[in-house]
Amino acid sequence: MISSLQELADQFNKLIAQDVPLPTTPAVPVAAGAQVGTAAPEPASPVQLTDHAAKGFHLDVRLRPERVVAAATLMDENGFAIDAVTGVDWMAEGQMEVVYDFFHPAHAWRVVVRARVPREKPELPTISEIYPGANWHERETHEFFGIVFLGHPNLTPLLLPEDATYHPLRKDFKA
Amino acid sequence: MSALSALSSGETKGETFVINVGPQHPATHGVLRLKMTMDGEYITRAEPVCGYIHRMHEKMGENRTWAQFLPNTGRIDYLAAMAYSHAYVGAVERAAGIAAPPRAEYIRVITSELNRISSHLVWFGAFLLDLGGFTPLLYAFDDREKILDILEALTGSRLTYSYYRFGGVCNDVDDDFIRGTREFVAFMRPRMKMYHSLVTDNIILRKRLIGIGVISAEMCRQYGATGPVIRGSGVGYDVRKSEPYSVYRDLDFDVPVYPEGDCMARYLVRMEEMVQSLRIIEQALDKLPAGPVMASGVPRTLKPPAGDCCFAVEAARGRLLVRIVSDNKEMPYRVRLRTPSFCNLSLYEEASQGMMLPDALALLGSLDLVIPDIDR
Repeated sequence: MISSLQELADQFNKLIAQDVPLPTTPAVPVAAGAQVGTAAPEPASPVQLTDHAAKGFHLDVRLRPERVVAAATLMDENGFAIDAVTGVDWMAEGQMEVVYDFFHPAHAWRVVVRARVPREKPELPTISEIYPGANWHERETHEFFGIVFLGHPNLTPLLLPEDATYHPLRKDFKA
Repeated sequence: MSALSALSSGETKGETFVINVGPQHPATHGVLRLKMTMDGEYITRAEPVCGYIHRMHEKMGENRTWAQFLPNTGRIDYLAAMAYSHAYVGAVERAAGIAAPPRAEYIRVITSELNRISSHLVWFGAFLLDLGGFTPLLYAFDDREKILDILEALTGSRLTYSYYRFGGVCNDVDDDFIRGTREFVAFMRPRMKMYHSLVTDNIILRKRLIGIGVISAEMCRQYGATGPVIRGSGVGYDVRKSEPYSVYRDLDFDVPVYPEGDCMARYLVRMEEMVQSLRIIEQALDKLPAGPVMASGVPRTLKPPAGDCCFAVEAARGRLLVRIVSDNKEMPYRVRLRTPSFCNLSLYEEASQGMMLPDALALLGSLDLVIPDIDR
């Protein structure tokens, strides 16, 4: 069990120490009047302590998609609860971001873990075996974005019609 | 073998059948469907089927301006809409660096807590109706109407408030509001005692709730269940304390916690929360500072700087998180609504396993679900 957020940040740094460094987000020129935007410039370090008053969370972690299970395990071992899983479509950059929110029921800690997957093949492993509550969040993220959570027991639509083949939160979705 | 002869010979063990609860069913409070696989009277699997009133608020957030999304926030959990406006307004204020004046923050707390009581009163009436007690509903709705009148005079709406603005609230409270709210607080305290003697001590209610539908603290953690559900499982988690927002830090109140994890614990948590909300309202009225209710210089068309941020509030049903992503345009790039009913319902399949059908409906009622809060 950790006793401070700094300790948790160190554990994350240890977790991703052996990984190939994440590519810095390519600067994509956005045409005037384009409907898609670009992300804010990302911080230099993939594990960042943040100001809760400014951001609403304490720790911001970016890692490779194959690391999300290890990250969820780390959260679970330290007593965090699953808050939400969701996506963001960065169409101009050809990527989808999967965002995992965690909160701690005893300490007032908030942690965000993010992983980016290529837009043409948005796949990453499920964390529903560690957090059963992620099951529904991943189903929702799958139907809204078309992001595939490998190993998920039941990746069927939850809120959309059962025969839905569209992903409405993709930026190129037209009703 | 025919069903009848199987019954008479007692050879039904292991044979299951599926019954359908809802989507239109008095115990589901809205269009929620439960596909229940039964072994006799016992549930082997209860699968919630959601989405009947899915409206895709999150996509709507992406095709209108930051301010135009405000009315949507009143239409997600229609019983406790203030908290939803609060979370969204809070997130946008955080992103754009706007601070609401103190008077506005106190008004937000007063109206949010009034709304929490009115929401809990609906739960109280509807939950007891699920259990077969009709009369309490009439009392609860009568009391709730007093709150709705107060809020309607202030905001113009009975339920779907769109009262908070980026930088404050849209109009100031008047003397009638303050007097009416004080009268309500004085009226409600003895009512809570009456509710306890009328309902809480009732032997039938106790037999229906005590030891029924036990949810462990660990299950709450794994599913992200919050609000009265986690507090009924012995964990004193409340966003107003853990991530204090607005002026909750300056107000003195307790977080009711019961360790049993059964339906009775969740019942008692909500009943005591109403008393705590009365306490908060009274203090906030006493401390209500003078001054403006809107920050000056908030542009009509907001363009928060690029980046993302979150804002969490304690809604009537638990932790509500709004995550926004801005790309420095007049419309949000992404609005994510993490709603408490969604997470609280997600544990139902596991928690209801092996329960008897009427007990499982007591469990469902004790979760206090609002369906548009799940379906969004």
